[in-house]
Amino acid sequence: MPVHPTIQESSQGLATRPEHSANSPLSIHAMTVAYHRKPVLWDVDYDAPPNKLIAIVGPNGAGKSTLIKSCLGLIPRASGQVEFWGLSYKQARSRVGYVPQRESVDWDFPVSALDVVCMGRYRMIGWCKPVSKKHKEAALSCLDQVGMREFANRQISQLSGGQQQRVFLARALAQEADLYFMDEPFAGVDAATERAIVQVLRKLKENNKTVIVVHHDLQTVPDYFDEVILLNMRVVAAGEVSDVFTSENLHKTYGGRLTLLAEAAEAVARASSGNT
Amino acid sequence: MSTPFFQFDIGLDLFPMLAATLAAVGCGLLGNFLVLRKLSLMGDAISHSVLPGLVIAFLIASTRSPLVMFLGAAIAGVTTVLLVELVKKYARVEPGAAMGVVFSALFALGVLLIERAAVRHIDLDADCVLHGQLETLVWYGAPQKLSELIQFSNLSEVPRQIYVLLSMVVAAFIFVGVFFKELRIAAFDPALSTTQGFNATLLHYLLMIFVSAATVASFEAVGSILVIAMLICPAATARLMTDRLHTQIAMSVVVSIICGIGGYVAATAVPAVFGKDAVNAAGSMSVVAGLILAIAIIGAPKHGLITRIIRRKKLALRIAIDDVLATLYRAEESGQNVTIRSLKQMLIGRSVDSAIAASVRKKMLLQDQSQLSLTQSGRDTASAIVRKHRLWEYYLVENAGFAPDHVHDTAEQLEHLKTQPPAGPSTDPHGKSIP
Amino acid sequence: MPSASEILQTLTFQSGYNTNLVILGTTLLGLAAGIIGVFALLRKRSLMTDALSHATLPGITVAFLVSTALGVNSKSLPLLLFGAAASGIIGVLCIQAILRFSRLREDAAIGIVLSVFFGAGIVGLSYIQANAASGSAGLNKFIYGQAATMQPPDVLLMGGIAVAAMLATFLFLKEFALVCFNDSFAQVDGWPVSVIDLVMMGLVVLVTVAGLQAVGLILVVAMLIIPAVAARLWTDRLLQLVIIAGLIGAGSGYLGSVISALLPRKPAGAVIVLTCSGIFLFSMIAAPSRGIISATWRRIRLRLQIEADHLFEHAHENAKFVITQVELKELSQFRAWSPAFRWVLIRSILSEGQVVRVSEGFELTRAGANRGAQVSRNHALWEQYLMSYADVAPSHVDWSVDQVEHVLSQELVSELERTLSSRGIMIPQPNESSV
Repeated sequence: MPVHPTIQESSQGLATRPEHSANSPLSIHAMTVAYHRKPVLWDVDYDAPPNKLIAIVGPNGAGKSTLIKSCLGLIPRASGQVEFWGLSYKQARSRVGYVPQRESVDWDFPVSALDVVCMGRYRMIGWCKPVSKKHKEAALSCLDQVGMREFANRQISQLSGGQQQRVFLARALAQEADLYFMDEPFAGVDAATERAIVQVLRKLKENNKTVIVVHHDLQTVPDYFDEVILLNMRVVAAGEVSDVFTSENLHKTYGGRLTLLAEAAEAVARASSGNT
Repeated sequence: MSTPFFQFDIGLDLFPMLAATLAAVGCGLLGNFLVLRKLSLMGDAISHSVLPGLVIAFLIASTRSPLVMFLGAAIAGVTTVLLVELVKKYARVEPGAAMGVVFSALFALGVLLIERAAVRHIDLDADCVLHGQLETLVWYGAPQKLSELIQFSNLSEVPRQIYVLLSMVVAAFIFVGVFFKELRIAAFDPALSTTQGFNATLLHYLLMIFVSAATVASFEAVGSILVIAMLICPAATARLMTDRLHTQIAMSVVVSIICGIGGYVAATAVPAVFGKDAVNAAGSMSVVAGLILAIAIIGAPKHGLITRIIRRKKLALRIAIDDVLATLYRAEESGQNVTIRSLKQMLIGRSVDSAIAASVRKKMLLQDQSQLSLTQSGRDTASAIVRKHRLWEYYLVENAGFAPDHVHDTAEQLEHLKTQPPAGPSTDPHGKSIP
Repeated sequence: MPSASEILQTLTFQSGYNTNLVILGTTLLGLAAGIIGVFALLRKRSLMTDALSHATLPGITVAFLVSTALGVNSKSLPLLLFGAAASGIIGVLCIQAILRFSRLREDAAIGIVLSVFFGAGIVGLSYIQANAASGSAGLNKFIYGQAATMQPPDVLLMGGIAVAAMLATFLFLKEFALVCFNDSFAQVDGWPVSVIDLVMMGLVVLVTVAGLQAVGLILVVAMLIIPAVAARLWTDRLLQLVIIAGLIGAGSGYLGSVISALLPRKPAGAVIVLTCSGIFLFSMIAAPSRGIISATWRRIRLRLQIEADHLFEHAHENAKFVITQVELKELSQFRAWSPAFRWVLIRSILSEGQVVRVSEGFELTRAGANRGAQVSRNHALWEQYLMSYADVAPSHVDWSVDQVEHVLSQELVSELERTLSSRGIMIPQPNESSV
């Protein structure tokens, strides 16, 4: 175990990072997010270094998914700013890719794996035009990268959970982005899929991409990722895995010392919805 | 006004009004469990699909005996539930779509069969299925005075429909009364109710049979689609007014009665204001139900729109007052002078003016032109707020791992809560003393 | 009853201009409704369209009253349909408002809007009936539909709307699919999800309004939902789904209007919907892979396979090469095989050449013996896996050992072998020469 910095140091280090660097693919400043007026993320500050694999870890209900959803504008922010290479999300959108949680869609939907991957190309194709051969080939090669080419014409409900996850990954690859957000890609997948995802992540890194992954398996964090954000309603610590991924920080993230903060969030929710 | 717009006439109005109210009460009572179990649309589906059951029962038995009617309805209701399950299973579509397929197909069958029934001179027509025929329940030769009404011999004058509706309402009350506990558990957590030894599926089917029966009994009075209004609206209204199931059920019954009587009266009285003829009473009942619901959405005591807006306004004012007092307190601490103008600049987004006015009224603040100063009681209040703020800052830095230069805004939110922060030292992370 | 030649004439568009036009119009309507219904189904809005169609009624009556008051031709169809569309949209907005401003759920909101708006429509109709000089003059036809009385301009309007809706669908097929499948991804990807949703809803409104005259507002929802759900049973591809749903819709529109042209007393809407339901019923029973027949057949085959596996496993583990009748009886009792099932089971393994009939019972062939060895080994593999991977296995325990060993594919078996051998656990291959 490396000698870990004390909480004050790591937090101060965080605060003194340059804000809104044009190099940083993602900089979050003073972001607070509330669900039904209940704060789920308090005052998050984070600058993602370029060309890294970054994990977001934390206990259930810590706001991991919320963090990336609010960066992407899927959940409104109560306050704070998010910038991508110094630009707003709208301006930078074409360079951002997204893998939603697998459970968020109906896998009985009548499309094939290839159709789903082609959806990643839609923004390049534009309104009303059909998917051309060129884009289909691109989608096929993305399926190839996740080892799913032979399943291209399979209807998605006939794929296993891991295969469905790989289809989602392929769709994100088809977006040809520079920054990827992945929501729990490793959740409930088989060993083959886990290997395929890790391979894709490493390849993305080789190609100078940045990937931010919501992750739940603490054991694999040091193997798979360069950077880690320890999250529990606020950023407990963030930085390189070797510096930040310490037992003390993990204890702070997962330990029960924050019950009062959670209670406070409840109270804020009650107060602002008017049910005092 | 010299003539009232609605004059109660025993012969014309007593039975229709009674029938309307009974139908509303029976449906409204059962509707509580549909709304709670998110099964409102099952009520919709059943009220459409009992039609073929009813007509087939007529065609087979050639009688309008209530027993045959209920049998037809119960079979149709259970069939609907089973068919919906079947379509869900094989077509793998959402329950809504499965219901849509089943009830529209069955309703179409019913409409077609009605035409056949009409050929055989069975008294049923497609329009009455939709909007009922309350108006036909006229009592010829009714007594003119209320005092003559209460006579044993009059019982034989009461039309069949009223008896049917009355027995339906009584049966519904008995059902809800006997199975109240089970219905409550099943509405809250079907799995739990099964593990506790009561079969939730059985209860589900029982409820559906009762809904079918209520639908059929109410058919002639209010029509099939307006039955849906009575199944859902009173229960939904009551649900907005209260959080307790007992109160909700009692309230839904009251709302149903208001819908029944109010709707019936409005059907005659409102057009009369404009010198027009009466409109369909069943339709008017469902409009009244909708209006009551709209009022509840806007004005309900706890969950209503207005209450929520007022609460939020009040909270905003309290926060603004807290902020004004705390700012003045801090200024006093550092010996600065604060004017209204500088206060407004410091507290952007807060309604400073009303906060000052309210504080002056509460004698916590003295205003001399644009100069402000705290009174003793204001100073005490302010010091309590500042203390909370600094304690929260201390907690956030020491226990929650926030950076000291990041805690101010968060603490700013927390200081307005009634929750007390844990005790701490005498100085905050910025080195300021905690009062 | 119409004669055979009459039927043929109507079917082949030889029975007069008006009839042909009506048949063509309803066919086009069915086509458009089938196509657009697919997206309502996939977006899980099936029953929202039901509320929408019921909510058109008050708009029709208001449009009628307004145009009468203004002295415009009150039977002008475009005006009435405009009123219908407007109030249908208001109904959908009311659903959204109820969801936004109260704690009622979607099912209740749909039921409320459906019944209250319809009630308001009934009030409007009865008002017109009682008070308007011209009477309600045919407004009733919008409730149940009356294809036979449609005039050429009405049909043209309906056909035009249907064609426009179809064209729009094919133009935005890709966008609709994206939003229906994964709206959050679409939003992140920069597509205006709410605009696309609005276009889809707008198309549903158009088709609903176009279908009012032919099918009626109660049953028009069937034209949207049933073809889509029926088509879902036949295919797993979006484009095919759209085409098949369109064809089913068009077919039922065509057949339904032909029948109702031949039997003018029958309500056209009900006939069209029943035709459609008939196609649905056929699909649910006969569709390949998802239909009841094929699903049942698959279940029987799986059971046959599993039970045969047990038979061979039993023989392998007891080192038997001949299964006597007595043993077969014991095994049947133990595995709960009915005599009929046992008969089918024996036939099936006889025909697969895994046993042959001998005097004292059945003798295993080489293939049969291999099968027993293989099943027995799979069982051992899986048990080993569950034991040695107790940490991962909990996610697989719901696959009972008994089931899994029969459905293990060759690739899964090799994966299991790899996993287990990495822990040094080897299960020997069945030695074929020893058999």
